[in-house]
Amino acid sequence: MTTHEVHLKARLIGGVLVVQEFAFLCARAVAGLAYIPRHIRETILQIDRIGVGSLFIVVLTGMFTGMVLALQGAVQLEPYGATIYVSRLISTSVVRELGPVLAALMIAGRVGSGIASELASMQVTEQIDALRAEGTDPIQKLVTTRLVACVLMIPVLTIITNGVAIFGGWLIARLYLGIDSYFYWTWAFEALAPRDMFVGLVKPAVFGFLIAMVGCYAGLNTKGGTVGVGISTTQSMVSSSILILSCDFFLTKLFMAFP
Amino acid sequence: MITLTDVWLTLGERQVLKEISLSVPAGETKVILGGSGSGKTTILRVILGLYRPDRGSLLIDGQDITATRERNLTEVRQRMAMVFQGAALFDSLTVRENVGYRLWEQGRLSDAMIEKSVRDSLQFVGLEYAIDKMPAELSGGMKKRVGIARALASGARIILYDEPTAGLDPINTCMISRLIQLLKSKGVTQVVVTHDLATAYRVADRIVMIHKGRMIFEGNPKELQSSADPDIRSFLEPDGQCFDSEAFAASEIGEP
Repeated sequence: MTTHEVHLKARLIGGVLVVQEFAFLCARAVAGLAYIPRHIRETILQIDRIGVGSLFIVVLTGMFTGMVLALQGAVQLEPYGATIYVSRLISTSVVRELGPVLAALMIAGRVGSGIASELASMQVTEQIDALRAEGTDPIQKLVTTRLVACVLMIPVLTIITNGVAIFGGWLIARLYLGIDSYFYWTWAFEALAPRDMFVGLVKPAVFGFLIAMVGCYAGLNTKGGTVGVGISTTQSMVSSSILILSCDFFLTKLFMAFP
Repeated sequence: MITLTDVWLTLGERQVLKEISLSVPAGETKVILGGSGSGKTTILRVILGLYRPDRGSLLIDGQDITATRERNLTEVRQRMAMVFQGAALFDSLTVRENVGYRLWEQGRLSDAMIEKSVRDSLQFVGLEYAIDKMPAELSGGMKKRVGIARALASGARIILYDEPTAGLDPINTCMISRLIQLLKSKGVTQVVVTHDLATAYRVADRIVMIHKGRMIFEGNPKELQSSADPDIRSFLEPDGQCFDSEAFAASEIGEP
Protein backbone atom coordinates (compact mmCIF):
# COMPACT_ATOMS: atom_id res chain seq x y z
CA MET A 1 0.00 0.00 0.00
CA THR A 2 1.42 3.41 -0.97
CA THR A 3 1.75 6.28 1.49
CA HIS A 4 -1.08 8.06 -0.31
CA GLU A 5 -3.36 5.03 0.09
CA VAL A 6 -2.47 4.68 3.77
CA HIS A 7 -3.26 8.37 4.28
CA LEU A 8 -6.57 8.03 2.42
CA LYS A 9 -7.51 4.94 4.44
CA ALA A 10 -6.74 6.74 7.70
CA ARG A 11 -8.90 9.69 6.65
CA LEU A 12 -11.77 7.40 5.69
CA ILE A 13 -11.60 5.58 9.01
CA GLY A 14 -11.42 8.97 10.77
CA GLY A 15 -14.55 10.10 8.91
CA VAL A 16 -16.45 6.96 9.84
CA LEU A 17 -15.41 7.41 13.48
CA VAL A 18 -16.68 11.00 13.51
CA VAL A 19 -20.07 9.87 12.15
CA GLN A 20 -20.19 7.10 14.74
CA GLU A 21 -19.31 9.46 17.61
CA PHE A 22 -21.85 12.02 16.37
CA ALA A 23 -24.59 9.37 16.19
CA PHE A 24 -23.66 8.18 19.69
CA LEU A 25 -23.84 11.73 21.06
CA CYS A 26 -27.25 12.23 19.40
CA ALA A 27 -28.52 8.98 20.94
CA ARG A 28 -27.32 10.00 24.41
CA ALA A 29 -28.79 13.49 24.05
CA VAL A 30 -32.18 12.07 23.05
CA ALA A 31 -32.03 9.54 25.89
CA GLY A 32 -31.35 12.51 28.20
CA LEU A 33 -34.88 13.82 27.47
CA ALA A 34 -36.09 11.57 30.28
CA TYR A 35 -34.12 13.76 32.73
CA ILE A 36 -35.17 17.14 31.33
CA PRO A 37 -37.32 18.03 34.40
CA ARG A 38 -34.10 17.89 36.47
CA HIS A 39 -32.54 20.52 34.20
CA ILE A 40 -35.61 22.65 33.61
CA ARG A 41 -33.91 25.90 34.70
CA GLU A 42 -31.06 25.38 32.25
CA THR A 43 -33.57 24.50 29.50
CA ILE A 44 -35.58 27.68 30.10
CA LEU A 45 -32.36 29.70 30.10
CA GLN A 46 -31.40 28.19 26.75
CA ILE A 47 -34.90 28.78 25.32
CA ASP A 48 -34.55 32.43 26.30
CA ARG A 49 -31.03 32.73 24.88
CA ILE A 50 -31.81 30.93 21.63
CA GLY A 51 -35.37 32.10 21.10
CA VAL A 52 -35.58 35.65 22.38
CA GLY A 53 -31.91 36.31 21.65
CA SER A 54 -32.31 35.43 17.96
CA LEU A 55 -35.49 37.43 17.44
CA PHE A 56 -33.76 40.50 16.06
CA ILE A 57 -31.75 38.72 13.37
CA VAL A 58 -34.67 36.62 12.15
CA VAL A 59 -36.90 39.69 11.93
CA LEU A 60 -34.27 41.46 9.84
CA THR A 61 -33.73 38.35 7.70
CA GLY A 62 -37.46 37.96 7.11
CA MET A 63 -38.07 41.63 6.36
CA PHE A 64 -35.36 41.98 3.74
CA THR A 65 -36.09 38.58 2.17
CA GLY A 66 -39.75 39.49 1.72
CA MET A 67 -38.92 42.92 0.36
CA VAL A 68 -36.39 41.66 -2.16
CA LEU A 69 -38.72 38.86 -3.26
CA ALA A 70 -41.44 41.42 -3.94
CA LEU A 71 -39.09 43.53 -6.04
CA GLN A 72 -37.67 40.61 -8.02
CA GLY A 73 -41.01 38.84 -8.32
CA ALA A 74 -42.67 41.95 -9.72
CA VAL A 75 -39.99 42.23 -12.42
CA GLN A 76 -40.58 38.61 -13.47
CA LEU A 77 -44.39 38.81 -13.38
CA GLU A 78 -44.82 42.20 -15.02
CA PRO A 79 -44.42 41.00 -18.68
CA TYR A 80 -47.41 38.66 -18.09
CA GLY A 81 -49.49 41.36 -16.36
CA ALA A 82 -49.48 39.21 -13.24
CA THR A 83 -47.82 41.59 -10.78
CA ILE A 84 -50.81 41.38 -8.43
CA TYR A 85 -49.97 37.70 -7.87
CA VAL A 86 -46.59 38.59 -6.39
CA SER A 87 -47.88 37.71 -2.91
CA ARG A 88 -48.48 34.10 -4.05
CA LEU A 89 -44.85 33.87 -5.05
CA ILE A 90 -43.69 35.41 -1.80
CA SER A 91 -45.81 33.34 0.57
CA THR A 92 -45.14 29.96 -1.08
CA SER A 93 -41.42 30.45 -1.54
CA VAL A 94 -41.00 31.84 1.97
CA VAL A 95 -43.10 29.27 3.82
CA ARG A 96 -41.84 26.25 1.88
CA GLU A 97 -38.16 27.06 1.44
CA LEU A 98 -36.67 30.44 2.13
CA GLY A 99 -38.08 31.03 5.62
CA PRO A 100 -36.89 27.75 7.15
CA VAL A 101 -33.54 27.73 5.35
CA LEU A 102 -32.58 31.37 5.82
CA ALA A 103 -33.73 31.47 9.45
CA ALA A 104 -31.81 28.24 10.14
CA LEU A 105 -28.65 29.57 8.47
CA MET A 106 -28.81 32.79 10.47
CA ILE A 107 -29.46 30.88 13.70
CA ALA A 108 -26.64 28.45 12.89
CA GLY A 109 -24.35 31.47 12.68
CA ARG A 110 -25.54 32.99 15.91
CA VAL A 111 -26.64 30.06 18.08
CA GLY A 112 -24.74 27.06 16.67
CA SER A 113 -21.38 28.78 16.78
CA GLY A 114 -22.27 30.21 20.21
CA ILE A 115 -23.00 26.72 21.55
CA ALA A 116 -19.76 25.40 20.03
CA SER A 117 -17.58 28.16 21.46
CA GLU A 118 -19.21 28.02 24.90
CA LEU A 119 -18.80 24.25 25.21
CA ALA A 120 -15.32 24.41 23.70
CA SER A 121 -14.26 26.99 26.30
CA MET A 122 -15.72 24.80 29.03
CA GLN A 123 -13.83 21.84 27.61
CA VAL A 124 -10.42 23.54 27.53
CA THR A 125 -10.87 25.03 31.01
CA GLU A 126 -11.80 21.60 32.46
CA GLN A 127 -15.33 22.74 33.33
CA ILE A 128 -16.82 19.72 31.56
CA ASP A 129 -14.63 17.44 33.69
CA ALA A 130 -15.65 19.47 36.74
CA LEU A 131 -19.31 18.81 35.91
CA ARG A 132 -18.62 15.09 35.74
CA ALA A 133 -16.63 15.30 38.97
CA GLU A 134 -19.65 16.98 40.60
CA GLY A 135 -21.76 14.00 39.59
CA THR A 136 -23.59 15.78 36.75
CA ASP A 137 -23.93 14.16 33.33
CA PRO A 138 -22.67 16.88 30.93
CA ILE A 139 -24.70 15.41 28.07
CA GLN A 140 -27.97 15.82 29.97
CA LYS A 141 -27.02 19.20 31.42
CA LEU A 142 -25.45 20.83 28.38
CA VAL A 143 -26.49 18.94 25.25
CA THR A 144 -30.06 17.80 25.88
CA THR A 145 -31.10 21.22 27.21
CA ARG A 146 -29.71 22.99 24.13
CA LEU A 147 -31.24 20.36 21.86
CA VAL A 148 -34.70 20.90 23.38
CA ALA A 149 -34.33 24.68 23.15
CA CYS A 150 -33.30 24.56 19.48
CA VAL A 151 -35.95 22.04 18.40
CA LEU A 152 -38.68 24.06 20.15
CA MET A 153 -37.56 27.57 19.30
CA ILE A 154 -36.33 27.34 15.71
CA PRO A 155 -39.81 26.46 14.37
CA VAL A 156 -41.20 29.42 16.34
CA LEU A 157 -38.50 31.72 14.95
CA THR A 158 -39.22 30.39 11.47
CA ILE A 159 -42.92 31.24 11.81
CA ILE A 160 -41.86 34.77 12.81
CA THR A 161 -39.46 34.96 9.85
CA ASN A 162 -42.22 33.83 7.49
CA GLY A 163 -44.72 36.33 8.88
CA VAL A 164 -42.25 39.23 8.74
CA ALA A 165 -41.16 38.26 5.20
CA ILE A 166 -44.74 38.29 3.93
CA PHE A 167 -45.25 41.61 5.73
CA GLY A 168 -42.05 43.00 4.15
CA GLY A 169 -43.34 41.89 0.75
CA TRP A 170 -46.61 43.71 1.46
CA LEU A 171 -44.74 46.94 2.25
CA ILE A 172 -43.05 46.87 -1.17
CA ALA A 173 -46.22 45.68 -2.93
CA ARG A 174 -48.30 48.43 -1.37
CA LEU A 175 -45.89 51.34 -1.35
CA TYR A 176 -43.75 50.64 -4.42
CA LEU A 177 -45.81 48.43 -6.71
CA GLY A 178 -49.19 49.94 -5.82
CA ILE A 179 -50.88 46.56 -5.26
CA ASP A 180 -54.09 46.66 -3.26
CA SER A 181 -53.73 45.25 0.27
CA TYR A 182 -56.88 43.14 -0.08
CA PHE A 183 -55.52 41.36 -3.17
CA TYR A 184 -52.10 40.97 -1.61
CA TRP A 185 -53.26 39.24 1.57
CA THR A 186 -55.99 37.21 -0.15
CA TRP A 187 -53.58 35.73 -2.69
CA ALA A 188 -50.84 35.31 -0.08
CA PHE A 189 -53.02 33.03 2.08
CA GLU A 190 -54.88 31.35 -0.75
CA ALA A 191 -51.61 30.08 -2.19
CA LEU A 192 -50.75 28.23 0.99
CA ALA A 193 -52.00 24.72 1.68
CA PRO A 194 -52.01 23.11 5.15
CA ARG A 195 -49.30 20.80 3.83
CA ASP A 196 -47.01 23.79 3.23
CA MET A 197 -47.44 24.85 6.85
CA PHE A 198 -46.62 21.30 7.99
CA VAL A 199 -43.49 21.07 5.82
CA GLY A 200 -42.51 24.56 6.91
CA LEU A 201 -42.58 23.42 10.53
CA VAL A 202 -40.95 20.01 10.17
CA LYS A 203 -37.94 21.44 8.37
CA PRO A 204 -36.99 23.96 11.08
CA ALA A 205 -37.39 21.29 13.77
CA VAL A 206 -34.91 19.09 11.87
CA PHE A 207 -32.59 22.06 11.32
CA GLY A 208 -32.83 22.87 15.05
CA PHE A 209 -31.74 19.33 15.86
CA LEU A 210 -28.77 19.63 13.49
CA ILE A 211 -27.70 23.08 14.74
CA ALA A 212 -27.77 21.99 18.40
CA MET A 213 -26.06 18.65 17.86
CA VAL A 214 -23.34 19.91 15.51
CA GLY A 215 -22.58 22.81 17.87
CA CYS A 216 -22.43 20.52 20.89
CA TYR A 217 -20.36 17.89 19.10
CA ALA A 218 -17.83 20.45 17.90
CA GLY A 219 -17.62 22.05 21.34
CA LEU A 220 -17.27 18.82 23.32
CA ASN A 221 -14.58 17.48 20.99
CA THR A 222 -12.37 20.53 21.24
CA LYS A 223 -8.69 19.84 21.65
CA GLY A 224 -5.95 22.30 22.42
CA GLY A 225 -6.37 25.75 23.91
CA THR A 226 -7.85 28.90 22.44
CA VAL A 227 -6.89 27.81 18.92
CA GLY A 228 -9.05 24.73 19.42
CA VAL A 229 -11.99 26.91 20.47
CA GLY A 230 -11.69 28.91 17.24
CA ILE A 231 -11.45 25.76 15.12
CA SER A 232 -14.53 24.21 16.78
CA THR A 233 -16.57 27.37 16.30
CA THR A 234 -15.70 27.57 12.60
CA GLN A 235 -16.28 23.82 12.10
CA SER A 236 -19.68 24.07 13.74
CA MET A 237 -20.76 26.98 11.52
CA VAL A 238 -19.54 25.37 8.29
CA SER A 239 -20.83 21.87 9.08
CA SER A 240 -24.28 22.99 10.19
CA SER A 241 -24.69 25.27 7.15
CA ILE A 242 -23.81 22.42 4.77
CA LEU A 243 -26.05 20.01 6.66
CA ILE A 244 -28.96 22.47 6.62
CA LEU A 245 -28.72 23.00 2.85
CA SER A 246 -28.27 19.33 2.01
CA CYS A 247 -30.98 18.22 4.43
CA ASP A 248 -33.35 20.79 2.94
CA PHE A 249 -32.93 19.14 -0.45
CA PHE A 250 -33.55 15.64 0.88
CA LEU A 251 -36.52 16.71 3.00
CA THR A 252 -38.09 18.51 0.03
CA LYS A 253 -37.58 15.40 -2.10
CA LEU A 254 -39.03 13.23 0.66
CA PHE A 255 -42.16 15.36 1.04
CA MET A 256 -42.59 15.44 -2.74
CA ALA A 257 -42.61 11.64 -2.73
CA PHE A 258 -45.74 11.74 -0.54
CA PRO A 259 -48.10 14.14 -2.28
CA MET B 1 -9.92 4.43 51.08
CA ILE B 2 -8.55 4.41 47.54
CA THR B 3 -6.72 1.39 46.10
CA LEU B 4 -5.19 1.15 42.65
CA THR B 5 -3.74 -2.21 41.70
CA ASP B 6 -1.55 -2.75 38.65
CA VAL B 7 -3.21 0.05 36.65
CA TRP B 8 -2.16 0.51 33.02
CA LEU B 9 -3.56 3.20 30.77
CA THR B 10 -3.00 4.14 27.14
CA LEU B 11 -4.18 7.46 25.71
CA GLY B 12 -4.01 7.58 21.93
CA GLU B 13 -0.75 5.93 20.99
CA ARG B 14 0.94 6.70 24.28
CA GLN B 15 1.30 4.41 27.31
CA VAL B 16 0.60 6.99 30.05
CA LEU B 17 0.43 4.78 33.13
CA LYS B 18 2.32 1.55 33.72
CA GLU B 19 1.85 -0.84 36.61
CA ILE B 20 0.57 1.77 39.08
CA SER B 21 -0.28 0.27 42.46
CA LEU B 22 -0.98 2.56 45.36
CA SER B 23 -3.26 2.77 48.32
CA VAL B 24 -4.55 5.81 50.22
CA PRO B 25 -6.03 4.82 53.59
CA ALA B 26 -8.91 6.87 55.00
CA GLY B 27 -7.71 10.13 56.55
CA GLU B 28 -4.28 10.02 54.89
CA THR B 29 -2.86 12.77 52.69
CA LYS B 30 -0.86 11.26 49.88
CA VAL B 31 1.21 13.44 47.57
CA ILE B 32 1.96 12.31 44.03
CA LEU B 33 5.15 13.94 42.85
CA GLY B 34 6.63 13.94 39.40
CA GLY B 35 7.75 16.08 36.51
CA SER B 36 5.47 17.55 33.87
CA GLY B 37 3.92 14.89 31.65
CA SER B 38 4.87 12.07 34.00
CA GLY B 39 1.26 10.91 34.40
CA LYS B 40 0.40 12.38 37.83
CA THR B 41 -2.82 14.13 36.80
CA THR B 42 -3.88 11.06 34.84
CA ILE B 43 -3.86 9.07 38.08
CA LEU B 44 -6.35 11.55 39.60
CA ARG B 45 -8.54 11.23 36.52
CA VAL B 46 -8.48 7.45 36.82
CA ILE B 47 -9.47 7.70 40.49
CA LEU B 48 -12.35 9.99 39.55
CA GLY B 49 -13.48 7.59 36.82
CA LEU B 50 -12.80 10.10 34.02
CA TYR B 51 -10.41 7.57 32.43
CA ARG B 52 -10.95 3.83 32.45
CA PRO B 53 -7.75 1.80 32.89
CA ASP B 54 -6.78 -0.73 30.21
CA ARG B 55 -5.73 -3.15 32.92
CA GLY B 56 -5.76 -3.31 36.70
CA SER B 57 -8.37 -2.38 39.26
CA LEU B 58 -9.58 0.66 41.18
CA LEU B 59 -11.36 0.35 44.50
CA ILE B 60 -13.06 3.25 46.28
CA ASP B 61 -14.03 2.41 49.87
CA GLY B 62 -13.73 -1.25 48.96
CA GLN B 63 -16.04 -0.96 45.93
CA ASP B 64 -14.48 -2.00 42.63
CA ILE B 65 -15.41 0.70 40.11
CA THR B 66 -13.01 -0.33 37.34
CA ALA B 67 -15.78 -1.54 35.05
CA THR B 68 -18.62 0.59 36.41
CA ARG B 69 -20.63 2.25 33.64
CA GLU B 70 -20.58 6.05 33.34
CA ARG B 71 -24.18 6.47 34.48
CA ASN B 72 -23.49 4.47 37.67
CA LEU B 73 -20.35 6.41 38.52
CA THR B 74 -22.35 9.43 39.72
CA GLU B 75 -22.94 7.96 43.16
CA VAL B 76 -19.25 7.07 43.52
CA ARG B 77 -18.11 10.49 42.30
CA GLN B 78 -20.33 12.18 44.86
CA ARG B 79 -18.14 10.67 47.57
CA MET B 80 -15.20 12.56 46.06
CA ALA B 81 -14.38 16.10 45.03
CA MET B 82 -11.62 17.45 42.86
CA VAL B 83 -9.80 20.76 42.93
CA PHE B 84 -8.68 21.30 39.34
CA GLN B 85 -5.42 22.92 38.29
CA GLY B 86 -7.19 25.94 36.80
CA ALA B 87 -9.92 25.68 39.49
CA ALA B 88 -12.48 24.90 36.71
CA LEU B 89 -15.11 27.13 38.28
CA PHE B 90 -18.28 27.40 36.20
CA ASP B 91 -17.83 30.86 34.73
CA SER B 92 -21.53 31.50 34.19
CA LEU B 93 -22.23 31.01 37.92
CA THR B 94 -21.41 33.17 40.94
CA VAL B 95 -19.06 32.00 43.68
CA ARG B 96 -22.14 31.09 45.78
CA GLU B 97 -23.60 28.99 42.95
CA ASN B 98 -20.25 27.34 42.24
CA VAL B 99 -19.66 26.36 45.85
CA GLY B 100 -23.22 25.11 46.38
CA TYR B 101 -23.49 23.53 42.92
CA ARG B 102 -23.51 19.89 44.00
CA LEU B 103 -25.91 20.51 46.87
CA TRP B 104 -28.39 22.32 44.61
CA GLU B 105 -28.11 19.61 41.97
CA GLN B 106 -28.75 16.89 44.56
CA GLY B 107 -31.79 18.79 45.84
CA ARG B 108 -31.69 17.05 49.23
CA LEU B 109 -31.19 20.15 51.40
CA SER B 110 -33.29 23.26 51.83
CA ASP B 111 -32.02 26.53 50.32
CA ALA B 112 -31.26 27.86 53.82
CA MET B 113 -29.13 24.82 54.67
CA ILE B 114 -27.25 25.06 51.38
CA GLU B 115 -26.64 28.76 51.96
CA LYS B 116 -25.23 27.97 55.42
CA SER B 117 -22.99 25.25 54.03
CA VAL B 118 -21.76 27.57 51.25
CA ARG B 119 -21.01 30.39 53.71
CA ASP B 120 -19.25 28.01 56.15
CA SER B 121 -17.07 26.64 53.36
CA LEU B 122 -16.20 30.10 52.06
CA GLN B 123 -15.45 31.24 55.60
CA PHE B 124 -13.09 28.27 55.97
CA VAL B 125 -11.08 29.45 52.96
CA GLY B 126 -11.39 33.11 53.98
CA LEU B 127 -13.53 34.20 51.04
CA GLU B 128 -17.00 34.78 52.47
CA TYR B 129 -16.85 38.36 51.23
CA ALA B 130 -16.55 37.14 47.62
CA ILE B 131 -19.79 35.13 47.71
CA ASP B 132 -21.55 37.23 45.05
CA LYS B 133 -18.57 37.67 42.74
CA MET B 134 -18.21 35.98 39.37
CA PRO B 135 -15.14 33.73 38.76
CA ALA B 136 -13.77 36.27 36.25
CA GLU B 137 -13.46 38.79 39.11
CA LEU B 138 -11.21 36.51 41.19
CA SER B 139 -7.42 36.17 41.22
CA GLY B 140 -5.75 32.79 40.59
CA GLY B 141 -5.25 32.14 44.31
CA MET B 142 -8.86 33.07 45.11
CA LYS B 143 -10.13 30.74 42.39
CA LYS B 144 -8.17 27.83 43.88
CA ARG B 145 -9.57 28.63 47.32
CA VAL B 146 -13.11 28.73 45.91
CA GLY B 147 -12.31 25.35 44.32
CA ILE B 148 -11.40 24.03 47.76
CA ALA B 149 -14.57 25.56 49.24
CA ARG B 150 -16.59 23.81 46.51
CA ALA B 151 -14.95 20.50 47.43
CA LEU B 152 -15.59 21.14 51.10
CA ALA B 153 -19.24 22.15 50.69
CA SER B 154 -19.93 18.98 48.74
CA GLY B 155 -19.32 17.03 51.94
CA ALA B 156 -16.92 14.69 50.14
CA ARG B 157 -14.65 12.62 52.36
CA ILE B 158 -12.10 12.22 49.56
CA ILE B 159 -10.57 15.33 47.98
CA LEU B 160 -8.24 15.21 44.97
CA TYR B 161 -6.03 18.19 44.17
CA ASP B 162 -4.41 18.76 40.78
CA GLU B 163 -1.44 21.12 41.17
CA PRO B 164 -3.17 23.20 43.87
CA THR B 165 -0.30 25.67 44.17
CA ALA B 166 0.81 25.94 40.54
CA GLY B 167 1.24 29.54 39.45
CA LEU B 168 0.61 31.02 42.90
CA ASP B 169 2.78 33.44 44.87
CA PRO B 170 4.44 32.17 48.07
CA ILE B 171 1.74 33.59 50.36
CA ASN B 172 -1.11 31.98 48.43
CA THR B 173 0.91 28.75 48.16
CA CYS B 174 1.34 28.72 51.92
CA MET B 175 -2.36 29.47 52.42
CA ILE B 176 -3.44 26.56 50.20
CA SER B 177 -1.00 24.22 51.99
CA ARG B 178 -2.46 25.34 55.31
CA LEU B 179 -6.00 24.61 54.09
CA ILE B 180 -4.92 21.11 53.02
CA GLN B 181 -3.38 20.56 56.46
CA LEU B 182 -6.58 21.76 58.16
CA LEU B 183 -8.65 19.36 56.09
CA LYS B 184 -6.24 16.57 57.00
CA SER B 185 -6.89 17.33 60.66
CA LYS B 186 -10.61 16.94 59.93
CA GLY B 187 -9.95 13.37 58.74
CA VAL B 188 -10.49 14.00 55.02
CA THR B 189 -8.68 11.57 52.69
CA GLN B 190 -6.62 13.63 50.26
CA VAL B 191 -4.54 12.98 47.16
CA VAL B 192 -2.40 15.93 46.11
CA VAL B 193 -0.71 15.97 42.72
CA THR B 194 2.10 18.49 42.57
CA HIS B 195 5.64 19.11 41.38
CA ASP B 196 6.19 21.67 44.15
CA LEU B 197 8.49 20.03 46.71
CA ALA B 198 7.81 22.60 49.46
CA THR B 199 4.06 21.94 49.29
CA ALA B 200 4.67 18.20 49.18
CA TYR B 201 6.81 18.25 52.33
CA ARG B 202 4.31 20.51 54.12
CA VAL B 203 1.18 18.42 53.57
CA ALA B 204 2.21 14.83 52.85
CA ASP B 205 1.79 11.85 55.13
CA ARG B 206 3.28 9.75 52.37
CA ILE B 207 4.71 10.55 48.96
CA VAL B 208 4.55 8.64 45.70
CA MET B 209 6.88 9.57 42.88
CA ILE B 210 5.97 8.98 39.25
CA HIS B 211 8.49 8.95 36.43
CA LYS B 212 7.47 8.26 32.83
CA GLY B 213 4.16 6.79 33.97
CA ARG B 214 5.74 4.37 36.39
CA MET B 215 5.90 4.51 40.18
CA ILE B 216 9.50 4.76 41.27
CA PHE B 217 9.07 5.59 44.95
CA GLU B 218 6.64 5.36 47.82
CA GLY B 219 7.46 6.42 51.34
CA ASN B 220 7.42 9.32 53.78
CA PRO B 221 9.07 12.70 53.03
CA LYS B 222 12.26 11.77 54.94
CA GLU B 223 12.67 8.56 52.97
CA LEU B 224 12.25 10.51 49.74
CA GLN B 225 14.95 13.00 50.73
CA SER B 226 17.40 10.22 51.53
CA SER B 227 16.68 8.18 48.40
CA ALA B 228 19.69 7.40 46.21
CA ASP B 229 17.61 6.68 43.06
CA PRO B 230 19.16 8.81 40.25
CA ASP B 231 15.74 9.86 38.82
CA ILE B 232 14.61 10.99 42.28
CA ARG B 233 17.89 12.77 42.94
CA SER B 234 17.69 14.64 39.62
CA PHE B 235 14.11 15.71 40.49
CA LEU B 236 15.05 16.83 44.01
CA GLU B 237 18.29 18.52 42.95
CA PRO B 238 17.82 19.59 39.34
CA ASP B 239 20.67 22.14 39.38
CA GLY B 240 23.31 19.53 38.54
CA GLN B 241 21.37 18.48 35.43
CA CYS B 242 20.44 21.99 34.28
CA PHE B 243 23.82 23.62 34.56
CA ASP B 244 26.02 20.70 33.52
CA SER B 245 26.17 20.85 29.71
CA GLU B 246 26.79 17.13 29.20
CA ALA B 247 24.06 16.11 31.63
CA PHE B 248 21.65 18.56 29.99
CA ALA B 249 22.40 17.16 26.53
CA ALA B 250 21.86 13.63 27.81
CA SER B 251 18.64 14.56 29.65
CA GLU B 252 15.17 13.75 28.38
CA ILE B 253 13.99 17.37 28.36
CA GLY B 254 11.77 17.88 25.39
CA GLU B 255 11.01 14.21 24.94
CA PRO B 256 7.33 13.32 24.92
